[in-house]
Amino acid sequence: MSTTLLDRLNSLDRRWIFLAMALAVALPILLEIGSDETPSLPTKRLFDRIEQLPAGSRILMAVDYDPNSAAELTPMSLAFTRHCCLRRHKVYFVTLWGTALPMIDMTIKEVVQAEFGSGERPFVYGEDYVNLGYLPGETVAINQLSSDIRKARSQDVQGTSLDSLPMMKDVVSARDMQLIINASGGFPGAKEWVQYASTPHKIPLAAGCTGVQSTQMFPYYPDQLVGLVTGIRGANEYESMLGAKYPQYAVMSKRPASRRGGPQRWAHRLMIGLIVLGNGIHLANRYRRGTP
Amino acid sequence: MTRETTIWTALFVCGATFLAVRAATSERGVGQQFAVPVEVVGLYDDTKHQIVPHTIDPTATYGGELRRSVRFDAAERGRPNVVWSLSRTIGVWIAAILTLCVFSYLYKDNACYKLAEAIIVGVSAGYWIVLYFWEVMIAKVLVKLSPDVARYAFLPDTPADAKADLWYLVPVVLGCLVFCRWVPKIAWLGRWPLAFVVGTTAGLKLILFLDADFVSQIRSTILPLIAFTTDASTKVRAFDWKQSVQNVVLAAGVLSSLTYFYFSVEHKGLVGRVSRAGVWVLMITFGASFALTVMGRITLLTMRLQFLFGDWLGIVRP
Repeated sequence: MSTTLLDRLNSLDRRWIFLAMALAVALPILLEIGSDETPSLPTKRLFDRIEQLPAGSRILMAVDYDPNSAAELTPMSLAFTRHCCLRRHKVYFVTLWGTALPMIDMTIKEVVQAEFGSGERPFVYGEDYVNLGYLPGETVAINQLSSDIRKARSQDVQGTSLDSLPMMKDVVSARDMQLIINASGGFPGAKEWVQYASTPHKIPLAAGCTGVQSTQMFPYYPDQLVGLVTGIRGANEYESMLGAKYPQYAVMSKRPASRRGGPQRWAHRLMIGLIVLGNGIHLANRYRRGTP
Repeated sequence: MTRETTIWTALFVCGATFLAVRAATSERGVGQQFAVPVEVVGLYDDTKHQIVPHTIDPTATYGGELRRSVRFDAAERGRPNVVWSLSRTIGVWIAAILTLCVFSYLYKDNACYKLAEAIIVGVSAGYWIVLYFWEVMIAKVLVKLSPDVARYAFLPDTPADAKADLWYLVPVVLGCLVFCRWVPKIAWLGRWPLAFVVGTTAGLKLILFLDADFVSQIRSTILPLIAFTTDASTKVRAFDWKQSVQNVVLAAGVLSSLTYFYFSVEHKGLVGRVSRAGVWVLMITFGASFALTVMGRITLLTMRLQFLFGDWLGIVRP
């Protein structure tokens, strides 16, 4: 019996594993199982930095990702922007990725316009937030941005001259920003912002990066990065902190990363189970062959 | 039909039937998208031919022509004033079908997957061409070389006092030289722009890399192996064992990893043991990196399934 089972497991069609993974992810989605995360220190430090900055501080929001990494970085981007708006900071959106323009539009529409665009003190374009759009040139663009924004770009994304926007009046370069937050999906991204802006010009920089990038980014924390949010787990931590501080954002409908936390947890359990099973099969095969 | 094919077909049919029944009985319907009309009031900008949204203040007087228009924002069914949106519905259906086409590769390579792949490549190429035309050729080159032409033909908001900067001819000429590679006789000219790019990138990178990734990283590694912390209220200095352990592990990890890559001494004895520890540090790093990669991929799958179950099938909240 055990021999038959081992043979079956040895020749298991990998599509059964795909099916198991699909179910592990799909069922928590269908049952709407979310999760909270206890904040880690790198995430907490970014949250605290935004909290401590005086209202009206200038924050450069560098949205450097495309749909490939949107699953991990969009929740972060929304949470960072939401937090900046709650603290009434001035937000300057910019991207080094041409494919990130729709991501900025979505963030502005979903957060700035939908949640902060009305009421007693609505966020006004050109006064409270601006979309500087896409800066071609990758690392050279960061260099230009750090020396003279108008050399990198003289108009905003709509073609309006930067000089005619009130919030651009006292801004010469990225050095005038109190903080740069980078949602980074690859190259150019957080590593390049560290190399070309944060370290040479001593501009405070925080990064939200994909899980793949995080092992490359951790060496920069805490000296060259004031905070680091990694992957969907980091985004979930940030949303949990935001929900704890501002109860209107504690509801799951406003927390896309937390909603992805449940499927993530079950998929990880399945992965661990499969790794244990795979190693068990490997050991059983060795035992059967009689090799130690 | 083989037993394997029968099982998989039965699974697909059961899954599809369940989803179809569930979707048909849900309130939102399948892939139905709705929008709510939002009135936009603002001043009409003649140069851009668009309405610049404006908050109307009854006491203020406005210099320009005040206009009203309607914008359609995505909304959920059941909200007041919502209307069915044909364009959004088509968009969601195309996205859903393409997602399923890509997923179908997990079962077997097929024509649907190839079609989705070809669409992604084509759309990406088209997107980049349009983007580069507007963001580089117009916004970076034409605006700098001839602001008047740019203002007249493409970007009306180009400042009237902008002056031509002929230095921008240098990158334009270098850019054109790249195409010389197509003509064998003058193909050598195509190496100049590449030499320029390689030279400037190397120069720029060298300085900044030395600063950010070498000197700063060394500085960050020089840490006290026995760390102390001071209580903010009592001003009492105490041994911080957590920080001390962290610093020791960091220093040991860096030194052992560096030893592994130090080939001037044979890896025997003490050096061999430290080098072996370095391998463990590297393996742990690769393991963490792989695990985080898996996390990212699962998140991607989660997002697509949320889209299929929420936006398309309407089974869960989008």
